[in-house]
Amino acid sequence: MMMKKFGLSVAAMLAALPALAQEAAAPAAEAAAPVMDKGDVSWMMTSTVLVLFMILPGLALFYGGLVRSKNMLSVLMQTTIIACMVMIMWVVFGYSVSFGGGTSPFWGGFGKLFLAGVTTDSMAATFTDGVVIPEFVFIAFQMTFAAITPALIVGAFAERIKFSAVLLFTAMWVTVVYFPIAHMVWDANGLIFNMGALDFAGGTVVHINAGIAALVASIIVGPRLGLGKDMMAPHSMTLTLVGAGILWVGWFGFNAGSNLEANGGAALAMINTFTATAGAILAWAAVEAILRGKASMLGAASGLVAGLVAVTPAAGSIGPVGAIALGGLASVACYFFVAVVKNKFGYDDSLDVFGIHGIGGIIGAVGTGIFTAPGLGGVGGDDYSIASQTWIQIEAVAITIVWCGVASAILLYITKAITGLRVEGDDERRGLDLSSHGEQAYHS
Amino acid sequence: MIIAAIKPYKLDEVREALTEIGVRGMMVTEIKGFGMQSGHTEIYRGAEYAVNFVPKMRLEIVVADSLADTVVETITKTARTGKIGDGKIFVLDVASALRVRTGDVDDDAL
Repeated sequence: MMMKKFGLSVAAMLAALPALAQEAAAPAAEAAAPVMDKGDVSWMMTSTVLVLFMILPGLALFYGGLVRSKNMLSVLMQTTIIACMVMIMWVVFGYSVSFGGGTSPFWGGFGKLFLAGVTTDSMAATFTDGVVIPEFVFIAFQMTFAAITPALIVGAFAERIKFSAVLLFTAMWVTVVYFPIAHMVWDANGLIFNMGALDFAGGTVVHINAGIAALVASIIVGPRLGLGKDMMAPHSMTLTLVGAGILWVGWFGFNAGSNLEANGGAALAMINTFTATAGAILAWAAVEAILRGKASMLGAASGLVAGLVAVTPAAGSIGPVGAIALGGLASVACYFFVAVVKNKFGYDDSLDVFGIHGIGGIIGAVGTGIFTAPGLGGVGGDDYSIASQTWIQIEAVAITIVWCGVASAILLYITKAITGLRVEGDDERRGLDLSSHGEQAYHS
Repeated sequence: MIIAAIKPYKLDEVREALTEIGVRGMMVTEIKGFGMQSGHTEIYRGAEYAVNFVPKMRLEIVVADSLADTVVETITKTARTGKIGDGKIFVLDVASALRVRTGDVDDDAL
């Protein structure tokens, strides 16, 4: 009921936002005065800070607990500085490149550099005709998405990357990869949007994007010194679960907030964000118990993130029971990549960004095509075709993989030429906390 | 002096038993090491790590010669589970002892 013509509505409204805001001043827009609901606005402000909470301290602690204690602060610091840097870039030009109102299928143009023309009266459309939210809220909400995505990549090259390389690569990566792909997927003129692909809350834009960049980065940066010989176990599983729990809470802003209104659609996204995650955690624990005899805490935390990633693109269009299955599937696939494929190929995606965000994102994007079917509890209409929608989903995933993969590789080599990618061997052994930041997380 | 490496969870039991036979002090350190028990494997997601050093408690107990055999016996009896990894005991001679507060030496210092 959220949407009759399913294929388009999700992104159409999202994408229409900037255009609508601009046209607000135009003479044509006099028909019916758009309504701003204070409930919607409050919910979107809440969602925005929930997504910030996912980054700091959620993601930071989740990753921080997974590294060795000598690298704890470097991961906290990389996450923090990336988020701040992208926030600034977002208002300077990122929002314009993503949602600047340009008609290109690839980017939004320079029409809103420095948020030009946006005032407290500017409004952005929602999924309901005639219902709007302040454009500043939409800008801030989308800003947090842009900020968390490159922070996710940190896990791929943790414990060995130069701090300057992280910053340079992130600045280039959001410019060339994130901003354009956000436009392609969510803007009315976007390439992937116009193919009819469904990506409710950013499975493609955020998770596949970050996951692919992570795979490429882990290969080009190379493995940590001592991989396979030294003890590299997580230094604090406790903090990892604290971080994962915060991610789960914050994700309600991410998913239910992506509905842009506080209504039944947001409620559907909310229940899905519960059931998919619970299903995924149970599935990961079950797989471990069967294959290994013991269900581990890190496995549960990994299943938690895998489930959240998988339900992200699907949250607004699948049913709560389908979500359980989607989460479970994602856990099984991610487990296989994390425990088998990674070891077989030997790339050191240290914190499994590709194995969980990349693979979970792909399962989620493709699974959205399947579980949106009304027969499986989704909100697709009677004429919904699993085969054709799933094919569109696969095409969208393929475009993202190629764009992100190629661009990330080039950007990494540029970074290597300018700042170098890795710290010196001795500095890596001593730990990045001391060698890059001059401080220690723990004193004995 | 008796140096003993025992399983960490046996510490309290051993302390109680030694107090009962008249031991009035010991030094305890958390250590890692290996003997016949050569560690275990930990798995984090896909990564397996062999943990070669096992946590143990190291006790250092200085007693009068007359008490030494009883101490060794008591530790053996209390710390034994019969499984691998129960630990080891060494007995050494001590040249002298001194209580800092009073200046008492040797047996009086214990």
